[in-house]
Amino acid sequence: MTLTRFVGKNAFRNKRRSILTVLSIGFSLLLLTLMMTLWRAFYLDEGSAESAQRVVVRHRVSLTFNLPGFYREKIRSVPGVVAVVPISWFGGIYKDQKPENFFAQFGTDPEEFFKVYRDIEMPADQLTAWQRDRQGVIVDSSLAKKYGWKLGDRIVLQGTIYPVNLDLNIRGIFTSNPDDKSVYFNAKYVEEAVSWFKGRAGTFSILAATAADVSKVSTAIDDMFRNAPQPTKAESEKAFGLEFVAMMGNVKAFILSICSAVVFATLLVSANTMAMSIRERTREVAVLKTLGFTRQTVLGMFVGEAVTLAVLGGLVGTSIAYLLVYVATHSPQFFSFFPLKVTPGLCLVAMLVAGFVGFLSAALPAYHASRTNIVQGLRHIG
Amino acid sequence: MAIPISYNIRNLKLRKGLTIMTALGIALTVTTAIFIMALLAGLQRAFVTSGDPNNVLVLRKGSEAELSGGFDATAFPVLKNLPGIAKDSHGEPMASGEWVVVIVLPRKSGTGEVNVTVRGMMPDGLEMRPSAKLVQGRWFTPGQREVVVSQSIHKRFLNASVGDNMAFGKGPWQVVGVFDAGGSAYDSGIWGDVNQMAADFDRQGGFSSAYLRATDPVSADALKHRVSDDQRLKLEGVLEPDYYAKQTSSGAPIRIIGWIVAIIMAIGSSFAAMNTMYAAVAYRGREIATLRVIGFSKPSILTSFVLESLLLSLLGALVGILLMLPLNGMTTGTSNGLTFSEIVFSLRMTVPVVVTAVGFALIMGLFGGIAPAWHAARRDIIAALRD
Repeated sequence: MTLTRFVGKNAFRNKRRSILTVLSIGFSLLLLTLMMTLWRAFYLDEGSAESAQRVVVRHRVSLTFNLPGFYREKIRSVPGVVAVVPISWFGGIYKDQKPENFFAQFGTDPEEFFKVYRDIEMPADQLTAWQRDRQGVIVDSSLAKKYGWKLGDRIVLQGTIYPVNLDLNIRGIFTSNPDDKSVYFNAKYVEEAVSWFKGRAGTFSILAATAADVSKVSTAIDDMFRNAPQPTKAESEKAFGLEFVAMMGNVKAFILSICSAVVFATLLVSANTMAMSIRERTREVAVLKTLGFTRQTVLGMFVGEAVTLAVLGGLVGTSIAYLLVYVATHSPQFFSFFPLKVTPGLCLVAMLVAGFVGFLSAALPAYHASRTNIVQGLRHIG
Repeated sequence: MAIPISYNIRNLKLRKGLTIMTALGIALTVTTAIFIMALLAGLQRAFVTSGDPNNVLVLRKGSEAELSGGFDATAFPVLKNLPGIAKDSHGEPMASGEWVVVIVLPRKSGTGEVNVTVRGMMPDGLEMRPSAKLVQGRWFTPGQREVVVSQSIHKRFLNASVGDNMAFGKGPWQVVGVFDAGGSAYDSGIWGDVNQMAADFDRQGGFSSAYLRATDPVSADALKHRVSDDQRLKLEGVLEPDYYAKQTSSGAPIRIIGWIVAIIMAIGSSFAAMNTMYAAVAYRGREIATLRVIGFSKPSILTSFVLESLLLSLLGALVGILLMLPLNGMTTGTSNGLTFSEIVFSLRMTVPVVVTAVGFALIMGLFGGIAPAWHAARRDIIAALRD
């Protein structure tokens, strides 16, 4: 019997306890993995190459204010800007006010939309059809699937911010990755119906020449409108999305405090189990030592056992996390501005945390066990 | 006959290390649960206690929030002369046309920018919000570039003390007072003169909403209908408390994420508690058999062990509550989904929150204790005595 097998056998000699420990650690690490997934999506993930090249311009004061439409041509003149398109949030009601019937609706310019959003794909004939029909709308394929829309269908969006009901014809069905779950129509339709929105735009989306140009372009735009009656705030698409996260409160602190609570809980559980199983084996340790195993080997065996259990827990946790995130992101109700994904790197980090916690939890009791006097150990009654 | 509870307490004391560690694990879970519930309770309070039942809020038909509203100023005199409006201190009908805008202010702590609601109101606006009390300085003077700020704004943002100048719109505004609205949604705002505000934000000639005050809640309800039914106006009246109650949904993301976290942690802790209880049962095999021989029945052994597990979780709950106590009353903010602006509220460990947390812990204890207790009660006496 090799030492590794001995450790493995020992780890599962009390099956129920080991399974409970693995499950308990597993659930804690499940949470840790989920939190790390959020963290990664918010703060680490750069988004797709196309997204990293985009800039969003909004009114400096708040999203609820719109911008003059003529800003578009001024922005176009900024060096490094390849294409600019207005994107105006409509916020209308489809069918009824139930949350499952809510999706994002934007007014835009069909001529230039696909020049900025190059990662959105749609057949060329559908694009021509959309550009020709002022009441045309293009919809995300996942939305089309959810509501059973086909080309040529009519949908009505009841305005809430704008006093107009849009009567739209579906002219195109596009695919995007990640799913953008939105519909886009010609902003001119709203401009003609609502006098105060004529010549206005909610935000502008810009494609910069390269990702490196994004910050330069943003500063140039903000500088240009600094003293205008409607100052702007230009920022990368990613930063724009993060503002919504930041509005929820101090998300960073929230995630960090949960993570530390979870790691600490894992440590407690693991330490508890190891303390129990090592105490039980005081006599065995003495026997092992009598047989000639060194203190180091005995110590290593216990630590190895704890690490095995903790890493197994990590395996359980990350697998469930992967499954949960997969199911959630693939359900039709789910929408997130950020692509959530459990990456192998995250799993590795979770396993390392688990291993380290296992190591810590066994260190002290194992050290004590390895130091006990053989004669006393042999006399020990469990 | 039941086994005395002191037996369980002594047993928990005997294995101190084990008890403390398991209880701490449960405590951490309870702390998380309380934190989330206290957040939601604070948020709930910010909305539910907002709004005066005598006040009718007037919005454009079909708009759900003051920010997405907006109607022509010509409608205001019509509103003001509707029957059923209370008289103000000058004998005029008590009505206030208001502008609500959202501005961006940097947090004092330097952790980014936050959207804050700025409300421009007519002099009557102050009179019809008696729940807002001045704590420092004075109210703003109509026609001047002066603002009063709520206490939470005063605490959380730069340049928000009496005498300071706040920069937004087209220039500086002098802060002349600080008010307290007792934790309601008003507590997240900056108030000033409506005409000054409208000029700064290029919104002259209109209002985003209007407030009318009735003499009592019953006539407020009648007034509400009178506004909605008037064909000339194309406006909608809503009782102020109803308006705020609808906005409580802003807490939904916190509620969902919070409960997922709490439940996953609870499952983990239950397994840990189960482990501890199984160990307790295993150690005491002979003891349990002896109890049986003496004459304690299977059910009483079962109850005793479940009780021990419950005691353990109760201890955890207690520690958890103690851990959370220092955070009670801490102020934080979240975004209001309807207005895109920040609502400030404080963590509130109310009695229901604490009771739910204890209940939560007891469920964990029950879940963790029932299987081991069942196991203990069913063991064969003879085999156990020989152990």
